[in-house]
Formats: sequence, structure tokens, C-alpha cells
Amino acid sequence: MSTPDDKTKGVSAETGGEEAVASFKGVDEKEQGEGPGGFIVLFFIIGFVASLIIGWVIFPKLLYSQKRQPVDFNHVLHVETVDNGCESCHIFREDGSYAGVPKLAQCADCHQEVQGDSPQEKIFVEEYVAKEKEVPWLVYSKQPDCVFFSHTVHVKLAGMDCVTCHGPIGESTSLKPYEENRLTGYSRDIWGKSMTGIKKNSWDRMKMDDCAECHEKETGRKSSVQTDKDACFVCHK
Amino acid sequence: MKIDRRCFLSLGIGGAAGLALSPIPWKLADDSAIWTQMWPWTPVPADGEATYVKSACTLCPGGCGISVRKIDNRAVKIEGMEGHPVNDGGICLLGLSGLQLLYGPNRVKTPLKRAGERGEGKWVKITWEEAISEVAKKLGDIKEKGESNSVACISGSDKGTVPALFKRFLSVFGSPNFMRMPSIQDSYEIANNISLGFIAQTGFDLEHAGFILSFGSGLIEGWGSPVRMIRANSSWRKAGIKVVQVEPRLSNSAAKADKWIPVNPGTEYALALGLAHVIIRKSLYRNDFVHAGASGFIRFRDLVLSNYSPDSVEKITGIKKETIEALAVDFARSERPVAICGRGQGKSQGSLGEVMAVQALNVLVGNINKEGGVFAVNDPAYIAWPAYQSDAVGAAGIKKERIDGAGSGKYGFAKSLTNRFAGAVNSGSPVSLLFVLESNPVYSLPDTKDVKDAFKKIPFIVSFSSFMDETALNSDIILPNHVYLERYEDVPATAGLSKPVVSLARPVVSPQFNTKHAGDVILLIAKEVGSPVADAFPWKDYQTCLEGTAGDKWKILNKEGFSSDPAFTAQVVNISPGRFDLSGGVADLSILFTPVNSEEDSKAYPLFLLPYDSFRIANGYIGTPPFVIKTVEDTVLKGKDILVEINPATARANGLSAGSYATLKTPKGSARVKVHLFEGIMPGLVAMPRGLGHTAYDNYLAGKGINVNELIGTVEDPASGLDAAWGIRANLIKA
Repeated sequence: MSTPDDKTKGVSAETGGEEAVASFKGVDEKEQGEGPGGFIVLFFIIGFVASLIIGWVIFPKLLYSQKRQPVDFNHVLHVETVDNGCESCHIFREDGSYAGVPKLAQCADCHQEVQGDSPQEKIFVEEYVAKEKEVPWLVYSKQPDCVFFSHTVHVKLAGMDCVTCHGPIGESTSLKPYEENRLTGYSRDIWGKSMTGIKKNSWDRMKMDDCAECHEKETGRKSSVQTDKDACFVCHK
Repeated sequence: MKIDRRCFLSLGIGGAAGLALSPIPWKLADDSAIWTQMWPWTPVPADGEATYVKSACTLCPGGCGISVRKIDNRAVKIEGMEGHPVNDGGICLLGLSGLQLLYGPNRVKTPLKRAGERGEGKWVKITWEEAISEVAKKLGDIKEKGESNSVACISGSDKGTVPALFKRFLSVFGSPNFMRMPSIQDSYEIANNISLGFIAQTGFDLEHAGFILSFGSGLIEGWGSPVRMIRANSSWRKAGIKVVQVEPRLSNSAAKADKWIPVNPGTEYALALGLAHVIIRKSLYRNDFVHAGASGFIRFRDLVLSNYSPDSVEKITGIKKETIEALAVDFARSERPVAICGRGQGKSQGSLGEVMAVQALNVLVGNINKEGGVFAVNDPAYIAWPAYQSDAVGAAGIKKERIDGAGSGKYGFAKSLTNRFAGAVNSGSPVSLLFVLESNPVYSLPDTKDVKDAFKKIPFIVSFSSFMDETALNSDIILPNHVYLERYEDVPATAGLSKPVVSLARPVVSPQFNTKHAGDVILLIAKEVGSPVADAFPWKDYQTCLEGTAGDKWKILNKEGFSSDPAFTAQVVNISPGRFDLSGGVADLSILFTPVNSEEDSKAYPLFLLPYDSFRIANGYIGTPPFVIKTVEDTVLKGKDILVEINPATARANGLSAGSYATLKTPKGSARVKVHLFEGIMPGLVAMPRGLGHTAYDNYLAGKGINVNELIGTVEDPASGLDAAWGIRANLIKA
């Protein structure tokens, strides 16, 4: 791309001869002396820093909307009162499939009526149990529809802990806000809280690479369907 | 020092560098990838607990059991029912796509009354009460005039309680005009009636047969009960059973057979008689079975020995006499050989002579009433309702002659001849009110123009269709039935089965729209019409009627989803040797075996148009669902163009080449078609699939191809009144 400078210079060289060249030299020297070198660096830094701020601070705020769960839920309180840990409510059905978030009917077994003085429980009983309306829970761990995941295989056969993927959610006394990706509609927990994608714990993010990482560790590197080894179609059926 | 453009360039570069080190590009790239996979309009079945509902498929007469997977209250997949005596877990393409009929856009969602001209598609929504009282009022007016016999009903089937309720309604009201859509069942029924003396279906124990001789039947293309037939075909392959297919076109069934014998269309009967000739001449028949002394056999023997020698049959059929000789010996010397007929899926009747000639082969080799053989199967016996009382008008009306003539005069052996309906109405037989149940006669009866003309003459047409099909479009009032996945109904499977089964269709999901069970609607109409019609329907609702009718079998039906107890379902009739009258009791046998050809000028129409059935195109009441229409090859349907099959020799003679457009002309109409060259069709023929060219239905089906029924007509078989047409004279002119 030619700038206006180049053009001027070109025209001068052709028409003005040596004198014109000399005068241009003069201009260059002058600019070097009191040129905008400092500004250039400054502006670079401004642009650089502004981008970083936009990228790391503002962008995540724009990308994710914050949603509250319809009812706040105290996992600690419930884990204390049940015998079988997570599986007491997050059941495996008789056919072995995993039911996920409990249905209203399960909750209603105990919560036909308000038991304590928690305002959240009151909302739950009045708005949902009494009206027989399923609670529209926002599921932090919901994977895209193109992902096939079997809880049975991981929990029953491989004997994995819930915590490995879901973190210590059973120790929480209230539900954190659900951060929904405005573009994809999925929870922020899939990419992970950290925008860098760096994780400290195994449950910090649940992208494909994280599945693959564990699979590689546990079952060795496998790559082909034809040779009956793990590959795309294990999860993307 | 001053700020100039280089500073801003620098700002931009800095910004870009910062951007590259921020998560924006990487995160957005990843999210956009996910976003493109997650279009909000892509339907995704909800996640939840899977339950299964056992039910029955009603989309064809096959009577398969189905098991429908549901997530919460949404049906998500139809599978074949394991352990069902008809299909044992198997399912066909159409059955698999039934959910698109349930949830598809072509449902009639509420009772509708015509607002504009017939067929214009302008409707007003009415309530069920208004709809029923309107129909009842019309019926009342007709009765008052003493014209009760001018009420008629065309039904897709005459088996099961729902058609039986309609038939009973007509009977007590005073009309004999309950008709069912034509099929090869009509022909087999008449053949049984004249050769055995009673009306019965014909069942085939094809699973155990030892030699299959098919006269154009689409063995693996939907003939009989399709899933059962595909299973049987596999078992023949495994056991090395020989299959011989006789037909003018290399259909899929012919391609999969051990031997394909191309035959001049419409001359299949002559081949069967030629084979009988060889079998009798070489004394390969079962003397005890044909009861050699019986007059029927002697007359039949004399006819085939004198008129149907392989030499003469070669001239008629175009099949070499050596082939005929060898096939006859092969057939007669095989263990348990079975000959079957019914072109394609058996949707057309064919001539009586053809069925009689083919049945004669089974009788000659004595493969009747035993394993691997042919059976006469009675209608299901469980529908036994108390007698009813009709009034004077009703009693007089029921005794009048049927509109289609069946059951009287020269049509005395027939139960239903719906093929004659349009002709009769057009020539002046009055029909003042027509019920249309689970059928689409405006689309699927041959000679569409004739049928439409007949419909124009009927002042009031009541459609019970669940879908906005061609007949519903041409009706005055639509009382939409639940689709089969929303209703209870007994489903007797009689399509060529030797062991009859009755299955139970059950609501898989609750009704999606403001529809009503046709069984309930006819009960409500009866109540509104009042005594004595109302008194003949003592049931509170259809459900009570069905449970009462099933009696002590209801429990087992409800639990297992089917019953194959012969005491409950249809019964196989014991046919003793010699019982079968090969002459069919017909005084002049030659009338049976006279070729029924269209008389049109062979110069104007040098070719023959031959409709054929495809497994991938539904051609009856049900329109092909989107999943299925997607599977139709582009040698059959390309874009909106239909392709007709012709032999390359025919193409050369008519100056046509592959893919060129042509005008297909028949005495009934003309259509623009595309040409597909196919070595597997005899020269001189043009083959076109049934089931395309819908004008109603959704965008997936409407306007694609040509309805072959617009181009063909009916040809009445003088011996029986059946529609003997197998095609029509045609011409193909380069467009």
C-alpha cells in the first residue's frame, strides 16, 4: 500500500531533481528530532492495554449473562439428611440410565408442605409443588446436544466420583449464579470460570480436551474407530 | 512532539496485539463453532426417562406391532414390537416415520366446515357439537325423504370395530352402501366365494413354503404384510428356496428373485393356465386333491388342455414354451410350492380369471390347508353385536341394490366393488351423503377426473380424515379422527397371513389437537339422529364398545398388545380335498379367461403405461412422510419432475434420450414427464410409480411428480365387476 508520502516523494524525485531530494532529507531530520516517537509507543501501549482490558475484563462480562436459579438450593442441608449421598436424589433409573436433576415428584415426596422457615422453600412449595410445575433448573454441567455422555459408564463401571467432574457442589449452601453464554446458550462452567482455560482442579472446565485428557490417562492414547479404539464417535454419535 | 496518524496506527497495532493476547478471538471462534451446531430451530428431543408403549401400526393392512419410545409425554421413536407374531421387532420405513404424521404440519386440528367452493381450501372452524348436529340434520332430512339408501361410506378397511360401527350405522339407517377401498383382497374374496362357496381371505404360509412363484407380487416391496414378507424372503435365501418372479418389469422383487421371467403385461393368467396345462398333461397334479372326477376339474382340464398349450401361451405371453414347460415341472415337483398374485403391493384388483388361474396352480399341486401352503381365512369372529331394529325406511333401504352393484345380479359374488363407485354415481345412481373414513379416494382411485366428477355430484361429503388430504379438501365437513398413535383401536392383520392376529392400537400420547375418535363420532351422530339408529348403539363411548366387543380377550390385548388365539381372531377354514371347484362354478369358463384389454386405438397410443408400487412411496390413505420421500431415488423423482422408466429401444423409437422431457399421453389425460432409461423394462412399456403427484399435503409432498391415477382408468372384468386394468394405452412424445 502506498501512503501519500510515498507518492509525494516519487513525484518530487521525478520532477524536482536533487534540490527536491535534499529538501526532503531536511524534513526527515527535523522529524527525527522532534517526532512523535514517544507518542507512538504510548499509543501502542494504550491500544494494547485497552484491548487486554476489553478482552479479559469487559468481554467476559458481555459474553455471559448472569441468571439466578428459580429457587435457591442448599446441598449441604440435603446431603446431611439422606443416606446415599448424591445418588439419593441424583438417581440412576432402573434401566441404568441417569436421571440428572431430580424431578419435582422426587422433591415432593418430602416437600408436600413447607417444613422449615426458609423463604426459598416457601417459594418452592407454593410456586412449584402446589402448582405441579417442574422447576426450570439451570444446569451448570449441561453439555451441547452433540455430546453423548453416559453417567452409568463413568460412575458405575469406572467408579468415578461425582466430585471429579462436578466439583464439591455437595458442600455448597446456596446455588451460584448461572452464567449463560449469550452465543451458545450453555453455562460458563463448560469453558471454565477462567478465561485462560487454565485449570487447577479436574472439575474447573469440561471441554472436549478435558474429557480427552482423562481418557488418555485412563485408557491410553487411542484414535481410530476402525481399530476399535476411542475416537470421535465415542462421544459424538 | 505532536500526535499524527502514526500514533493512531500504533494504537491500532497495539490494540491488535492486545486482542491477540486476549481471549476474544479464541473464545469467539470456539463459541461460534458450538453456536453453528446449536441452531435453535434444530429439533432436539428432550432428555428424560424413556418409557415404551406397545401399540399397533395402522398405516397399511400389515398389522405390525409397534413399541413407541417416549420421553416424558413426547413420542420420540417407533420401533417394531419384539415377540409380535407378524413382525417380531421389525419395522418398515413408513412405520418408522409415523411420528411425522403425528406431529407433522398436515393435521386437521379441529372440526372444519367448508366456507368457499369445494377444493378451494377455505374453511371455518366449528365446534364438535355444531359439526355433529349438522351431519345428523342432513341425515334426518335424507331419511325423511325416504332416501336412506343414498347414504354411502368409503372406508380404508372393513375389518375391526371402527369400520364395523360405520357399517352398522349405515345398515340400521337403511343403506347397504358400505364400501372399502379396492385391493387384491376383493379378488381373492370373490375367487374363494365362487370356488369354495363362501367369502374368505386367502392366507399364505410363505415362511414354510418350498417354492415361490409370484405373478408380479412385490414380495419385498410391500405386498401383504411388508415386514413379514421381508423376513420370509430372508428365510428363503437362507434355506435355498427358489423364488420365481413373473412380471414385465425388473422390480426389486424380481431383481432379488432366483429367476425373473418378463411377461407381456396382463397375460399372467395365460402363463398360469399354460403351467396348469403342462402339470395336467404330465400328470403332475394331486389326483386326490383336485378330485379328478368332479365336473369342475374336468371342465377346467378340458379348457387348459385345448386352449393353453405352451405353444399358444408363448404367443400370448411372449415366454418361450421351453421356459413354460420347465417352470411347470419345477413348480409341481417342488415340496410345498406356492403361487401368489396381486401386482405390486396388491392395491389393484386384477381380473378374476387371473386370481382363479393362479389359485388353480396351488390346488393342482394340493398345497392347500397345510404347512407351507395356502389357506382360506374367515373374517375375524369377535365382532358379534346384538341384533338391531330398524324402522320401515331403514328396512326398505337396506334391501335396495348397492351403488357399486356388489352382491346382486352379475356382481353377486362380490362384497364390495368400490372401483365401480365413481362410474355408478356419474351415470345417475344418487348419493346424497358420503362418509369417507381412513381413505383418500379422490387421490387413490384410478381415473381421478371421473372420481372428482362423481364427488361433485354428491351434495354432502363428510371426511373423517386426520390429514388435509385430497378427499378432505373436496369435502363439506371434516370431523378429524385421532391419528393411530392417539387412539385405541383393534387392528386385525389379514394381509395374506395364514395365522390371523388382532393387535391393539393404543394411545401413545394424548391427542395433540381438538380431534375425536371416529368411533366416538359415529356413536354421537347415531345419538343425535335418534331412534331407532341410536338404539343400535348402546355403548356410552367407543372405548366401552371396544372393551365389550373384545370381552374376556380385552385383558390379554391390553397386556400383550395382540392376540393370535384362533378362537378370537379370524379362523382358518378347513378345506377338504376336492372342495375347491377349479371351474369356479362359472358356466362359461372362457369368460373368466378372456383378456380384458383397453380397446383404445393402438396407432394413437402405441405404448402401454404401467403403474408400479415402490416401497419408498406410500400410495394409499397415508401420504409419504418427509423422512420417506427423502429416500426416493433421483431416477424416480428429481426435484418436482417424475421420471418414467422406458427401455432404451422404446427411447430410440420415440426419439428420446435419458433425462429428456416428454409428454405422456393416455386416453385419460396427459402429463409432462422426464425419461429414465432402464434395460429392466420390456420394450413398449412406460412405467410410472404410484403415490406421487399429491395436490394436498405439505410442501414435502405436494406438487412432486404426477399422480398416475390421473392417467389410468378402470376396465371392468365382465366375469366379476372387478377392475381388471393393469395399465393403459399410452404414447410418449418428445417435449
